[in-house]
Amino acid sequence: MAITLTQTAANRVETFLANRGKGIGLRLGVKTTGCSGMAYTLEFVDTLNEEDTTFESNGIKIIVDPKSLVYIDGTELDFTKEGLNEGFKFRNPNVKDECGCGESFTV
Amino acid sequence: MALLQISEPGMSAAPHQHKLAIGIDLGTTNSLVATVRSGLSHALNDEHGHALLPSVVHYLEHGAVEVGFNAQKQQNIDPHNTIVSVKRFMGRGLKDIDVSQLPYRFTEAGGMVQIETRAGIKSPVEISSEILKTLKTRAELALGGELVGAVITVPAYFDDAQRQATKDAARLAGINVLRLLNEPTAAAVAYGLDNASQGVYVIYDLGGGTFDVSILKLSKGVFEVLATNGDSALGGDDFDHRIFCWILETAKLSPRKAHDTRLLLSKAREAKEWLTEHSEANISCLLSDGEFVNLILSSDKFIALTANLVQKTLSPTRKAMRDAGLTIEDINGVVMVGGATRMPQVRKTIEEYFKQTPLTNLDPDKVVALGAAIQANVLAGNKSDEDLLLLDVIPLSLGLETYGGLTEKVIHRNSTLPVARAQEFTTYKDGQTAMSIHVVQGERELVSDCRSLARFELRGIPSMVAGAARIRVTFTVDADGLLSVSARETSTNVEAHIAVKPSYGLSEDEITNILKASFNCAEADKKARMLAEARVAAGAILEAVTVALATDSALISVAEKQAIEAEMQRLDLIKESQDDDAIHKGIEALNHATEAFAAARMNASVSRALAGKNLEDIKL
Repeated sequence: MAITLTQTAANRVETFLANRGKGIGLRLGVKTTGCSGMAYTLEFVDTLNEEDTTFESNGIKIIVDPKSLVYIDGTELDFTKEGLNEGFKFRNPNVKDECGCGESFTV
Repeated sequence: MALLQISEPGMSAAPHQHKLAIGIDLGTTNSLVATVRSGLSHALNDEHGHALLPSVVHYLEHGAVEVGFNAQKQQNIDPHNTIVSVKRFMGRGLKDIDVSQLPYRFTEAGGMVQIETRAGIKSPVEISSEILKTLKTRAELALGGELVGAVITVPAYFDDAQRQATKDAARLAGINVLRLLNEPTAAAVAYGLDNASQGVYVIYDLGGGTFDVSILKLSKGVFEVLATNGDSALGGDDFDHRIFCWILETAKLSPRKAHDTRLLLSKAREAKEWLTEHSEANISCLLSDGEFVNLILSSDKFIALTANLVQKTLSPTRKAMRDAGLTIEDINGVVMVGGATRMPQVRKTIEEYFKQTPLTNLDPDKVVALGAAIQANVLAGNKSDEDLLLLDVIPLSLGLETYGGLTEKVIHRNSTLPVARAQEFTTYKDGQTAMSIHVVQGERELVSDCRSLARFELRGIPSMVAGAARIRVTFTVDADGLLSVSARETSTNVEAHIAVKPSYGLSEDEITNILKASFNCAEADKKARMLAEARVAAGAILEAVTVALATDSALISVAEKQAIEAEMQRLDLIKESQDDDAIHKGIEALNHATEAFAAARMNASVSRALAGKNLEDIKL
């Protein structure tokens, strides 16, 4: 399995990284909070940790720590617009249930 | 499902706890809102894709309110109830504005102008809050959540009252103000100039109806406004008007009705925008009387038509440079702000004047809002880097009234914010137990020539001889430029303080006039100060002699007493004259007349002190 970015998401990440002026890639992860148990995190990466796994998709490095990988392996990250709002969306095949807003989930 | 943004490393928010913060450029002509998403600052559009919101508020029947483009369309149809450029009235009194050119029905309440509309009497604060509410709603829709707060920009020359009014408008709109930020500073932040270690930058802001130029100095991550200047009646609209006049003249049209004027003005505007990237523009339209206008305006002609408008911006620019004491060589960068700076002739003129290419790669309409959003993002705590500290300056000195109607400046003009300064004062009369503190703003020597901001009293000073009490007066101006003053008698810690919320403030022109007057009147002011000081000195000696005569007149002969009293009377008269030399001579004469009396009092008090003591006890 792997973690991938859609072309749209990759383009946006590239823009954001260029604007930021530093950073080697994008970190996807989960943390155990939220109304349904777990929540996604999405961060810029300045330094790699030893145990990190690195994927590459559409020219962007995706970095995941081993604990998170269990929960999000197979995820495709997309960038979409909903009305006036726009942002990244996790398409995670492991998810069994989401909270109403989709910010947290259970597997 | 919810949409996510990329956070800084280690700064991911818990679900439902995103710290959404926005930057708002509350402009005279147009307003915008921007935010930082995934580390990138960008303006938020409305549902039609417009980033700019015309700063126009229209009050309809039955309590409804329209803001923006729809309101703008009502400007000529329903002028009494359609308020444009409300920013010009923020924190102003009726006497601060020229009402003759405006279609509104003005009244005044609480020192600020109010406008009668069909929805009732509205203050500029309420009207501005409608604009802010619209932007807030737009931001909440776009960001999908509650806002933590906003940074709102204000012109660098905005005084206390105007800043307070802006804050009040935000509060009324339900927005938590993280900070008010000077517009030029926001523009500098948008260009990331704050990342450099130091430099001096010019912010050239030619908006729809106003022109502002500011000179900022960055040192150790701190922005200081060295100088600001401008023209509150010069902007892109004047360029449209020049084209409009040219159309009338060239097509030999008679003065038109409102509908045709609007049509031609919008054609003029289109032509202006087209000429930014093309060498000629075609102006064609059908007027209401069936007449067809079809003209070609070349960019050379347009440049010739508007050359003196562009030149007009250079005079305030030169003045600002002079105020800051700088030459062209000192300038590290020039930032262009405002849609009108897209015109090539404006860029060229500025490039020639400053001998460098101005920064133009950000959208000049959005740059202020973008910078405000970056600052809001930092203040909301979304960035791990230490806060970028933004410092601004106060536009006019703050001080208080001392005896004789003189101004004692406590915080000088152009001091950087936030600032706190304390000064010690004392009592003027024996047994004085209260002190009235009169806070003023201005550059002149006499209180009557400055703007009064507030008055308060410090009571409960212990009874002491004149000059013995030590009263520490502290002036504090916070990061938003709002003043508070406190006074404390240091031996007893009796304290009184006031947050200054002046009922109305000073206009830009007034500030300019005040500064001019302080230069022009320097000589007269100095004379007035000398006179006032002489009067205070005369008052003090008369007071002292009166007290002395009341207690010790037995020490001198009747003739001596009469001689002293005669001098006192004379000095009392001279004191009211305009001649400080004569007053000083009178003081001298009274001093002379009381010499023997003073010696006698000294002897008496020495012998009182020595009475009944042995020589051994008083060995020196």
